[in-house]
Amino acid sequence: MSGARALMKALEKEGVKEVFGLPGGANLPMYDELYKSNIRHILVRHEQSAAHMADGFGRVSRKAGVCFATSGPGATNIVTGLATAQADSSPMIAVTGQVPVKMIGRDAFQESDIIGISNPVVKYAFQPREAGEIPEVVKKGFYIAETGRPGAVLIDVPKDVQQNEAEMVFPDEVRIRGYHPWTDPDIVETERAIEMLLSAHKPIILAGGGVIISGAFSELQSIAEMLMIPVVTTFKGKGAFPENHALSLGPIGMHGHAEANKLMTEADCVLAIGTRFSDRSVGTFEEFEKNLKIIHMDVDPAEIGKNQTTHVAVVGDVKASLRIMIKLLMKRALKKSDDNVWIKHVNEVRDYWRQNLKIHPGELSAARILRKLREVLPKEAIVTTEVGQHQMWASLFFDVIHPGTFFSSTGLGTMGWGFPAAIGAKTARPDLAVVDIAGDGSFNMTENSLATSVLENLPVIVFLVNNYSLGMVAQWQRTFYERRMIGVDQKNCPDYVKLAESYGAQGIRAQSLDELGKAIKAGLKSDVATVIDIPIDPEEDVLPFVAPGTPLKDMILPS
Amino acid sequence: MWAILSILVENKPGVLFKVTNMFRSRNFNIDSISVGITENPEYSRMTITTYGDEKQIQQIVKQLDKMIDTIEVKRLDEHKTVYRELVLFKIKVSKAADSMEINKLANAYGAKVHDAKKESIMVELTATPDQISAFEELIRPFGILEIARTGIAALQRTGA
Repeated sequence: MSGARALMKALEKEGVKEVFGLPGGANLPMYDELYKSNIRHILVRHEQSAAHMADGFGRVSRKAGVCFATSGPGATNIVTGLATAQADSSPMIAVTGQVPVKMIGRDAFQESDIIGISNPVVKYAFQPREAGEIPEVVKKGFYIAETGRPGAVLIDVPKDVQQNEAEMVFPDEVRIRGYHPWTDPDIVETERAIEMLLSAHKPIILAGGGVIISGAFSELQSIAEMLMIPVVTTFKGKGAFPENHALSLGPIGMHGHAEANKLMTEADCVLAIGTRFSDRSVGTFEEFEKNLKIIHMDVDPAEIGKNQTTHVAVVGDVKASLRIMIKLLMKRALKKSDDNVWIKHVNEVRDYWRQNLKIHPGELSAARILRKLREVLPKEAIVTTEVGQHQMWASLFFDVIHPGTFFSSTGLGTMGWGFPAAIGAKTARPDLAVVDIAGDGSFNMTENSLATSVLENLPVIVFLVNNYSLGMVAQWQRTFYERRMIGVDQKNCPDYVKLAESYGAQGIRAQSLDELGKAIKAGLKSDVATVIDIPIDPEEDVLPFVAPGTPLKDMILPS
Repeated sequence: MWAILSILVENKPGVLFKVTNMFRSRNFNIDSISVGITENPEYSRMTITTYGDEKQIQQIVKQLDKMIDTIEVKRLDEHKTVYRELVLFKIKVSKAADSMEINKLANAYGAKVHDAKKESIMVELTATPDQISAFEELIRPFGILEIARTGIAALQRTGA
């Protein structure tokens, strides 16, 4: 059988039902076999969107999403998508066409050295040189993308390798000598972690994206409740813990909740689960670890000690580690005291900020529109975001109730991610409502995915927080550059209602909270994508704000 | 701090690129590097020397370990390791006495003399980097025309 046929068969064996892609000269043989296969092709209008769709699909289903692109510019167009998925540990497989083996290195038409270009932004890259290698390469690709700390895998297939015939052997299992994705959590270290937590006066749990990736929601909740420890999250970990829970304080970081940043700074011991201590979360590394005992659980040993000094490290899948911790805790007689001074203080601080944090005036302030969205949207609905002010407002004002339903490009911060990722999420879970909380600047970057959403019957809601500006940059220019505003004004262009309608989608402008509620309901009922254009005050800032390079304790509050 | 890393890797195209690219992209430095096939033709051994504080060296080891094409990463203790580097010097000969002098120094360091010409001499020295530096200082007054170094090869002593 041909390499291209083997590729489709191998994908089918991995359970792939959909691929997102765009054909071109160098991947036509695989498209011809895709035509004959049972796999559904979802056509995009730009390869970057195909990669983000596969990424969104992967985050929601926790199975690798697959995207196809041709050689040369097709391949370079997915690089941002690979980097985005890799930065957020999202399982993804990108299959690119390549010029025939004999043409590689001769600067052929639409040749790009995608193996070299993508190297720093993928977990692994393959370039099979013989058709017969394809079944094993695909098996290995999924194994690498989905296990351990998940990530992006590239499979670059020269055109002749797609066309050539070979005897194919489809392995059921693969082993890779230099790849050991799982470590069993160490019992002794876990015991030490428990001792440290129990002897702390002001313990806190910091839940990161790893909790969501490993689906350790109930384990996290058990630990928090058993030990009565308040939970903050990173931005990527938002929604790892129900944000309406009595112990929830919300995300810390540059635009963290005031109470979360405040209490994180006061804590004397942190159980950090599945987080890499990003600079956006911790402020400054030196200040963060001052007077703080750090217990770090992570699947990736290279994260231990990378950014913060760790006192106890438990390496392994965080779900497995938390389960061991629960088992060990159950053997102990934990005394629950009613006069827990720390929890009392935590409650006071939280209640103070929930009542006293000033929000921007006006009916359509970020806080009010996002609370309206929460009010109307079913709690199981999946939410993605773009990147910018709206994203940080979502972090501040949109509570995630159902764990693992909130996804954002947090590591790379890729504008244009949210909409295609929402379409990918809808592909994985057509039974759920999917909303992209968007800003106009980000939405502009991939808004042509409206065509995909409409034509492929994947309706999602674009909740467009529209200030007709690159709002976050504008905020920094207002705050740090004495209002020297440059390159941020979108000048009322385009008309998003007309834009949506031109693609056959539904466009609604909401100019009051009442209209907004109705628009969301209309979107939830719609068979096509709905763009809700919500004009907001372009002067509204995201606050609180921890300026870059400053510690969490120095957060700027609304005046 | 100086560290010698011995890295067993898959012997296939692109692995050297991946390893060096990791150093570059994570802002680490490579002081010297040597690569060669091992007793098992499926593997190559890279010997990399690098500088950094303890935390950086630990990160380098972990990042190397994390790479899928690395089989084994060892940080060698220089006191329990035999490590050598080969260097070729082309040294200027200005007068007849220089030639004698250089020959004497080479002898003292166990270096071999090649390609002795009227205007220059080539000397081959296999030694530790410290010894090489010492030798280099001694011959510098004659005028060093060219240097080629291989980077370190290292193996841990048995039982160490």
